Amino acid sequence: MSTRRAANFKWVVPFIYILFLMLPIYWLLNMSFKNTNEILGTFSLFPQEFTLDNYKAIFTDPTWYNGYINSLIYVCMNTVISVSFALPAAYAFSRYRFLGDKHLFFWLLTNRMAPAAVFALPFFQLYSAMNLFDTHVAVALAHCLFNIPLAVWILEGFMSGVPKELDETAYIDGYPFWKFFAKIFLPTIAAGIGVAAFFCFMFSWVELLLAKTLTSVEAKPIAAVMTRTASSSGYELGLLAAAGALTMVPGAIVIFFVRNYIAKGFALGRV
Amino acid sequence: MSTKTTNQKAWFLVAPVVVLVAFNAIIPLMTVVNYSVQETFGDNLFFFEGMKWFEEVLSSERFHDSLLRQLRFTFIILAIEVPLGVAIALAMPRKGFWASVCLVLMSMPLLIPWNVVGAMWNIFALPEIGLLGKTLNSMGFDYNFTRQPFAAWVTLIAMDVWHWTSLVVLLSYAGLSSIPDAYYQAARIDGASAWAVFRYIQLPKLKHVLTIAVLLRFMDSFNIYTEPFVLTGGGPGNSTTLLSLDLVKIALGQFDLGPAAAMSLIYFLIILLFSWIFYTVMTRGENN
Repeated sequence: MSTRRAANFKWVVPFIYILFLMLPIYWLLNMSFKNTNEILGTFSLFPQEFTLDNYKAIFTDPTWYNGYINSLIYVCMNTVISVSFALPAAYAFSRYRFLGDKHLFFWLLTNRMAPAAVFALPFFQLYSAMNLFDTHVAVALAHCLFNIPLAVWILEGFMSGVPKELDETAYIDGYPFWKFFAKIFLPTIAAGIGVAAFFCFMFSWVELLLAKTLTSVEAKPIAAVMTRTASSSGYELGLLAAAGALTMVPGAIVIFFVRNYIAKGFALGRV
Repeated sequence: MSTKTTNQKAWFLVAPVVVLVAFNAIIPLMTVVNYSVQETFGDNLFFFEGMKWFEEVLSSERFHDSLLRQLRFTFIILAIEVPLGVAIALAMPRKGFWASVCLVLMSMPLLIPWNVVGAMWNIFALPEIGLLGKTLNSMGFDYNFTRQPFAAWVTLIAMDVWHWTSLVVLLSYAGLSSIPDAYYQAARIDGASAWAVFRYIQLPKLKHVLTIAVLLRFMDSFNIYTEPFVLTGGGPGNSTTLLSLDLVKIALGQFDLGPAAAMSLIYFLIILLFSWIFYTVMTRGENN
């Protein structure tokens, strides 16, 4: 048994880790409130001439703020598609044995392993051929490649944690399958759905290579706007830092909403 | 786990997922296979080349070098992130307000777009204007990650540890939370040491989540592209050119579709093979 004193100093470990996590973020924020001259000219822990110009530039320029809107649209579409497609499939995997189930499950997971770099060019050709190039749907569908397998994997874990007697009782009581699924089963695994949605949102929001390949103007994601601006307008670090800082906002909001699911939800299922 | 009933109708529930994923996976994969056995001279003229590209890639020194770099990178970050993640999860408060604070703050890096992570670390580590670079240099270390391969590697690994250790923490935390308090009480009555509690109570419970964590970290670190591309661009020289970076250089930079496609397939097979080995080794105990 660890001594009392050791237990009292346990918080040091997560504290130092969080400090380490916050340092680059602090530096990015620091940069975003400086103008280019100050960034390149002086080294200071806090902005000497505090300015909001970088943020103003982003909120008044449609290329910039449309980037955020585009990203959010396809990320939300992808999260809804991935989770709703994955739900029945995960139920099948957790409850039934059927021809080829194990192979199918592993095949789904292999798609999670496919390097995006491998698929970039063929995806471009495929979605161009279907006239979907530069639409939000294209990116949302393309991200299903890695998000659906993940959602199935997570949900299957949660569903296997629910005793089978729940299903059997409901069927004996005369519930048809879909009614049982929607009314009883889904609320039971709400935490699992929250965790799966969180992961889908996360992986779709942070992915750049495919999103960049599949869009040019209409659906251009914020990450692509950033890389193109970085190369075209020279070395505007302040603007880039502000744009980067703003990309953290949707993530922070999502974390805030699912914080209870993360805390409780992870613990429920096998995941 | 309860036993499953055999029901072939379950295929109807799986079908939508299979159709959608197959559309995204099989058509592009066949395109890649197509390119990998053909030679093109433009004008959409293709000639069958058989295994030529595969032989060329497998025997090229450039591919060996990137593969070695990739393996080194993946094993270093796994060796750091997995033990560190477990240690942090063990030290975290189990429940209550502070547990939520920890979880929310630790999830932050996971939700930052990958190019922003690269850009952020670039700004953070630049020797003249970055906090890390400036601090190290003023402490007397000669540090410049844009010129020194070793410094570039350290920065790359620090960035990945910063970016992904939280995933291991979250998963381990979930595994630890699922241990009933009664286990710990029993251990206290028996006078078990902290090590014994970890070895015989916590570690077995962590096994499943750690399998997921190792697999996810393995696959994702093998596929890593955006962060090193933004941070170092593969340099200085070729010192941080990992497999994905090299692949994109060949495919989109030089437009050598044949070799790029062959390399893609070899690349994919390597990931598949390693994942399968990890998966079988780590889940072997569960079936017995």
